[in-house]
Amino acid sequence: MIVIDAVTKRYPDGTTAVDRLTLEIPDGSITVLVGLSGCGKTTTLRMINRMVEPTEGRILLDGADVREAPVNALRRSMGYVIQHAGLFPHRTVIDNIATVPRLLGWDKHRARERARELMERVGLDASFAGRYPYQLSGGQQQRVGVARALAADPPVLLMDEPFSAVDPIVRKGLQDELLRIQADLGKTVVFVTHDIDEAIKLGDMVAVLREGGRLAQYAPPARLLSAPADAFVEDFLGVDRGIRHLSFFGTEGLELTAEPIVTEDATAEQVRAATLPEIPYVLVTDAEGRPRGWADALDRATGGDGELLPYGHAFTVGRDSLRAALDAAVLSPTGWAVAVDEQGRAVGVAAQEAVAAAIRSAHTAGVLR
Amino acid sequence: MSHGGFFEVPSDLQNTWWGLVSWQLQLTLVPVLCGLVIALPIALLCRRFGWIYPPVLGVATVFYAVPSLALFVFLIDWFGESDLTVEIPLTLYTLVVLVPAIVDGMRSVSAETRAAAEAMGFGTLRRYVQVELPIAVPAVFAGLRVATVSSVSLVSVGMLIGNEGALGNLLSDALNYHRPLLAWDAVISIAVIGVLLDALLVLARRLLTPWARKATAK
Repeated sequence: MIVIDAVTKRYPDGTTAVDRLTLEIPDGSITVLVGLSGCGKTTTLRMINRMVEPTEGRILLDGADVREAPVNALRRSMGYVIQHAGLFPHRTVIDNIATVPRLLGWDKHRARERARELMERVGLDASFAGRYPYQLSGGQQQRVGVARALAADPPVLLMDEPFSAVDPIVRKGLQDELLRIQADLGKTVVFVTHDIDEAIKLGDMVAVLREGGRLAQYAPPARLLSAPADAFVEDFLGVDRGIRHLSFFGTEGLELTAEPIVTEDATAEQVRAATLPEIPYVLVTDAEGRPRGWADALDRATGGDGELLPYGHAFTVGRDSLRAALDAAVLSPTGWAVAVDEQGRAVGVAAQEAVAAAIRSAHTAGVLR
Repeated sequence: MSHGGFFEVPSDLQNTWWGLVSWQLQLTLVPVLCGLVIALPIALLCRRFGWIYPPVLGVATVFYAVPSLALFVFLIDWFGESDLTVEIPLTLYTLVVLVPAIVDGMRSVSAETRAAAEAMGFGTLRRYVQVELPIAVPAVFAGLRVATVSSVSLVSVGMLIGNEGALGNLLSDALNYHRPLLAWDAVISIAVIGVLLDALLVLARRLLTPWARKATAK
């Protein structure tokens, strides 16, 4: 556990970057520091590995003041990932990754062996090993940056806006990759970002900092969305809090209707049997059961094969959240969301009303919990 | 006295054309190499203690401003009419190019890379030697090219202190014996040596910095 204990950082010119900040950062989870520029989030991160020394207060790592350890030994025990990756341009990918093991005195062979393992873990093809950073895209460089930080298997990972400089699609890929790696490794991650959506997506705990380095709220992301501490946090979270909060509710409790699903080659008889009184459509699937679109039930039942209506997107039962289900329901022109299993086969449909009922009961359960 | 060909060196120089060329190379390269060896620790100190950089640069510039002839005459008292008398001023002159080349090259390392090195637990000296200096290599070579080419031509001034100018000595003979061809010989030979040394430095820089290629190798 990292304890930030009443830490203040004041610069000689009188500006206060961090103001009596107290945070307990739990082991094995991702804690996000989020705030606007100038809120002291990077300063806080850099005080953990002593790139910045606090003016007052102390930082404890597993109970011991970080100032007790030799500074370079402390830093080598903490992985560090930075915006734009900060790779060594004169070193190949594999030697960039092997940096900290080499600093720790591993022999070259073992360090490179370890670097190769890491490349695989972060999703970099082995053929990149001998390349130089200038030959990589921004996203690939950042993968190398993450691999380099993990190379010596440090218990702590400090990440300073690591994904801010890459384009949104690559960023989403890197975020998903980080969550996947974290599920395997369970590091104590401290992650700095100015992007509240990134904070909510990645954080197990989120600390919202306000200008002048004061803590506005420290809570799990779902709590942040449902109960922002004050107007500042509420404003920072932005609109759609209710909708975004649905990301934290699973679709397990959502009632699905399995009847109105027919295959492309269904007979008029089968279509009639599948038609429900409350819904004038049937969902048509291909032979494997993957959804293709909605058909007018009456038309199909009388042998017509009119054009299919698009169904928007499906949600995966058990994996996707109520937010995805609601979105699928409001996007679908029929007003019914299509649920699929992990293999992409349609397992049922859910009306907007059913999604609403699931939301209501999820809230009730949340209140009762 | 025979009016010899292009490569025929007057007997008073007691040397062959090839002998003058290798002497020219020695008088050029020894100062550049010594300059590099001296500039490295000075540059590291300037990098470490930023405040000494401007005065160091000032002193180097003052050296550079002293006419070479004045320095030669001054040094004859100690070293006589020897190679050393030529090499010492030329070494000092290279510093005005090499020290800023190294310092500015090291300073050009991106803030991210420097922060990453610090965060990974590089000590200051290790960071200079393993990260900043290697990244400064292209800038250092740019400095070496300037220092080398200027040394090649400055060597010839050595002819004024008792034929210590290698190929430059041909210039005085051209005057003494009214053989303009000798002057052409000196000028062209020195220029060709300069161009060849420069090309070698470019080649060496390419070999040493495969990471700095512009074109993307696929």
